[in-house]
Amino acid sequence: MNRIRDRFAALKAQGRSALIPFVTAGDPNPGVTVPLMHAMVGAGADIIELGVPFSDPMADGPVIQRASERALEHHTSLSRVLKMVDEFREQDQDTPLVLMGYLNPIEVMGYAAFAESAARAGVDGVLTVDIPPEEAAELLDCLHRVEIAPIFLIAPTTTEARIRKICNVASGFVYYVSVKGITGAGNLDVAEVASKLEPIRKATKLPVGVGFGIKDAETAAAISEVADAVVVGSALVSRVEALMNEPALIPEEIAGVLSAMRDAMG
Amino acid sequence: MATTADKILTGMPDENGHFGPYGGLFVPETLMEPLAELSAAYERFLGDREFIAELDTDLADYVGRPSPLYLARRWSDTLGGARIYLKREDLNHTGAHKVNNTVGQALLARRMGKTRIIAETGAGQHGVATATVAARLGLECVVYMGEVDIARQEANVYRMRLLGAEVVAVKSGSRTLKDALNEAMRDWVTNIDNTFYIIGTVAGPHPYPAMVRDFQAVIGRESRTQIRERTGRLPDTLVACVGGGSNAIGLFYPFLDDPEVAMYGVEAAGNGLETGQHAAPLCAGQPGVLHGNRTYLLEDRDGQIIETHSIAAGLDYPGVGPEHAWLKDRGRVTYVAVTDDEALAAFHTLTRTEGIMPALESSHALAYAATMARQMDREQIILVNLSGRGDKDMHTVAAREGLRL
Repeated sequence: MNRIRDRFAALKAQGRSALIPFVTAGDPNPGVTVPLMHAMVGAGADIIELGVPFSDPMADGPVIQRASERALEHHTSLSRVLKMVDEFREQDQDTPLVLMGYLNPIEVMGYAAFAESAARAGVDGVLTVDIPPEEAAELLDCLHRVEIAPIFLIAPTTTEARIRKICNVASGFVYYVSVKGITGAGNLDVAEVASKLEPIRKATKLPVGVGFGIKDAETAAAISEVADAVVVGSALVSRVEALMNEPALIPEEIAGVLSAMRDAMG
Repeated sequence: MATTADKILTGMPDENGHFGPYGGLFVPETLMEPLAELSAAYERFLGDREFIAELDTDLADYVGRPSPLYLARRWSDTLGGARIYLKREDLNHTGAHKVNNTVGQALLARRMGKTRIIAETGAGQHGVATATVAARLGLECVVYMGEVDIARQEANVYRMRLLGAEVVAVKSGSRTLKDALNEAMRDWVTNIDNTFYIIGTVAGPHPYPAMVRDFQAVIGRESRTQIRERTGRLPDTLVACVGGGSNAIGLFYPFLDDPEVAMYGVEAAGNGLETGQHAAPLCAGQPGVLHGNRTYLLEDRDGQIIETHSIAAGLDYPGVGPEHAWLKDRGRVTYVAVTDDEALAAFHTLTRTEGIMPALESSHALAYAATMARQMDREQIILVNLSGRGDKDMHTVAAREGLRL
């Protein structure tokens, strides 16, 4: 089963770009996550990116740092995140699911054990922020064996030679980081993003997603004109944070934000 | 006799920054190209005579090198065993070994055309050393420091501000050194075009562990020459404290291929290794990936980094330089740990018997050296890296004794 490839193929046939929401698993408590995932699918999420909390998220801005801290207060470990995926899959066999996080929890679990558990739970892709292709050979082997797509980031600082190197090992889709900075960072320039996507398109036939700094429906719509997928993270997680004391309201609130984005993207 | 295997010890890391299974480049993609540029620049300047001459002049005239090698005669006599020599890094400008590295990296930053310097700091010694060189070169300087560390190192915070640096309080995570490092990384990712990140220890992604070691190796090179001039031979034992591990690797590195020289790296056992409240990843941790490299870490069974404890802010870090991880596995260096109380006792002893007030970090090395010296003969020699002076710690020591200054 290759849910990511199938989903992009279906969207392409419809002439649409994918909307990919990111939320941190276990934020503000583990009970919220699975209902939230279903609500996001209902509101038009095409792929879900689920953040695995880590104590030292060095690529993340304050919004997602705090989300990780809230989730870790409830001991949301990698194995617990995989249980959430398993539970999500009881009702949803179709929506592709990508885990995003840092390497150390995977190191501690062991690459092979992680890959097998993730595949069994129904994970389709894994984006590990702090492992470049140069260090990834062993992890890639383990993921390939269970047909999980390794997703890699490409940054504004990535040279064309590195873009080719990354595209050679990536599958599923590649993820262009639209700003120099951390998640939830400043303003992105759509025209500049478009020009940066050209060398990536030359290097790969994989769909190209864009994220970091997409704050509202208008920006999501503009990015969807040039990218195959739009990733929205901090803008959602800050809404989760605002409702941390009324977690029952979170799924509906996030669904509302996503619906507006889905409508704007067409 | 040096074997071929031993000679390999000084040939590390490999071109990708690996020390055996440790080290490497585990960073977000945005940093990969800037780190490649830094590696290239560093290698270029290492072979540039003009750069090396400028560095040597700065180390002599600005830092005050070579630092003396001092025979602590009275202290050695009290212990009744080996002669203990102290490498006086506490006499450097700014009061610690940290400045050896910041002088080097700041020269590199200027040659690379960077106008803004950032740094992380724990005890504040690296922050002060960075703010110092930034002031001298007229570069903008931002230092990230955990809120907890700011509270216990007020004097150094004020010193950095006097030097013109902006000190940013880090409020995330455990609000100590590791979080300051995360925040500095975030700044660097965001301001990569004009900013040079001066990492203060032999951790972080390649090329930092090798580069910081090379800038600190002046400690070991001088020690080697000085001890030979004084005694006609190499020391039997080297002892240095290990937080991130830059003063230790600086002392050890030029001796790695001398198998007759034993080496001890002393970690912070805090309240005792058995309490879990310590900062001793080599003694009580396991390998993992943090801050750009694979090394020994203090982590829970889910791979989350755990909070550390040491009376010495400069040792209060859950990781350690990857070269130390490799030297541990190779068995070349023995890593041990000393508690807060043992370090404090050594702090008082050295102050009273030699009139030298050591930093609490360095006091860990002194405590272990004292234990070893008692078991050794009077003809034997221990060389301890006295990595910093203790003025900054007077408040901590006083508070421990129920006094307020």
